[in-house]
Amino acid sequence: MAQYILTIIYLIASVTFIVGLKMLSNPAAARKGNLLAAAGMSMAILGTIFLYKDETGAYLHNYAWIFGGLLIGGIVGTLAAKKVQMTAMPEMVSLFNGMGGACAALISMVEFNHLVSEPLESIHHSKVLIIVLGLLIGSVSFAGSMIAWGKLNGRVKDKSFAGQNIINIMVLALAVLLGIYLTLQPQHALLMYVIFFLSIVYGILFVLPIGGADMPVVISLLNSFTGVAAACGGFLYDNKVMLTGGILVGAAGTLLTILMCKAMNRSLKNVLIGSFGGQTTASASGATSQGSYKEISLSDTAMVMSYANKVMIVPGYGLAVAQAQHTCHELEKILTEKGVEVKYAIHPVAGRMPGHMNVLLAEADVNYEKLMEMEQANDEFATTDVVLILGANDVVNPAAKTDPASPIYGMPILDVELAKTVIVNKRSMKPGYAGIENELFFKPKTSMLFGDAKKVLQDLCAEIKNS
Amino acid sequence: MEQVLSWISDNQQIIYVVILMIFVGIEVIGRVPSVLHTPLMSGANAIHGVVIIGAIIVMGKADPDNYLALTLGFFAVVLGMLNVVGGFVVTDRMLEMFKKKK
Repeated sequence: MAQYILTIIYLIASVTFIVGLKMLSNPAAARKGNLLAAAGMSMAILGTIFLYKDETGAYLHNYAWIFGGLLIGGIVGTLAAKKVQMTAMPEMVSLFNGMGGACAALISMVEFNHLVSEPLESIHHSKVLIIVLGLLIGSVSFAGSMIAWGKLNGRVKDKSFAGQNIINIMVLALAVLLGIYLTLQPQHALLMYVIFFLSIVYGILFVLPIGGADMPVVISLLNSFTGVAAACGGFLYDNKVMLTGGILVGAAGTLLTILMCKAMNRSLKNVLIGSFGGQTTASASGATSQGSYKEISLSDTAMVMSYANKVMIVPGYGLAVAQAQHTCHELEKILTEKGVEVKYAIHPVAGRMPGHMNVLLAEADVNYEKLMEMEQANDEFATTDVVLILGANDVVNPAAKTDPASPIYGMPILDVELAKTVIVNKRSMKPGYAGIENELFFKPKTSMLFGDAKKVLQDLCAEIKNS
Repeated sequence: MEQVLSWISDNQQIIYVVILMIFVGIEVIGRVPSVLHTPLMSGANAIHGVVIIGAIIVMGKADPDNYLALTLGFFAVVLGMLNVVGGFVVTDRMLEMFKKKK
């Protein structure tokens, strides 16, 4: 009886995952979709604890360990997720993703040890293959996510060395070959740890050199990796809910990754072999723009903006770092009171994740209607008087259109140059995340307004109020 | 060769599920507005936390005197739960902000 109920619970949970993911793609239903999937997950977890029976018909034991683990994970997870600031959201997603990958790798380890303790003749090669696959993918996802997490919060610096691509491929190939060997000769049990170690090394080497605008792509890719690792577990236990959830995320994550690559005009292959970082440094050192830029004072900026008809704000990671989204909304309100039309131009990959800016501005209560997507915004720049760029760089870099040698060549950008005036707020003249010089800053239309985004916006608000 | 074919035949149900789920995953995400990409990624991240089911099974099947299995399984449960709970809570927090502005 119990196992029939569990089957039905798994069935319902699988449906909640699909429907939940579907609802997540609709702004009005998204939150309910998330809760629905969470409810399905809770059912599946509780059902497994109390109703699961193994092949011999025995219920699970070690309840104290299980509940202890659930409690610790649950409390730490809730606290971490509640306390994290909106700007740190991308690295949080990366961190949680890494936890999932590690979980899959650990399951594979225990199952492998369990499997090889049985007589050699009874071991199915297919089972070993699935276990090794789960271990490999899970470990790569774990190590890669940890590096991505460290990079996004600035603890890990970009590093690459000559021939890194070749070494990466060799490490991966070695891990895969050992995996195949182990599948055929499962008695060499210690090889499992070697594969684990190599996968970790590959995960680190794979993400380490990627320092450019590629980080969102990498996180999305690692997300789908973990999905596949979870599905391996589903294969192993013939567990349909793990299989459905894992494959669903694997497929959706892969598509999302490809969509992001397309938006940036990069091929997935280039991202995978991690060549972006190398190219970037080469081109950045080769093509340093010469020229002078002009600065603009706060009071001039205030003047220009309050007498404009239409102002377009282009937010970027600088806004997120400075936590300036509320002040930005403040500026928008003050300008609107003065009769200025204010809109936001959102580049799909502005910030560190697609939609990062939307989330950030939504936190500050910015009206949804005021956010223009890239195509809409590009139609409107010609009629815009002032473009205010807040800590964005690569997404407005004209090199993407004009310089075929640039690593971001071909990426669609916001055509801010069509507007009458461009004011760029940055902390310094340092290049952006992709490490490329931006000739926009040296154009005659462009003025630079240096300083921390929040401080500058606060002063700007005060200045406009008083004028 | 025959081994491979019989394996496919034995596991055909699972293979069907995998193929259909790939299409469902692609279909479901295909029409997502870019505004929702981050919450969607985060939501998907929480859903692959379903790997915790495997962790619970590992833990629950381990012999009470097999300390290696118990320790690894325990960590797997903790990490899996972090993925699930953290993922859903973070997603909810993001979406909460979308709802406020009406």
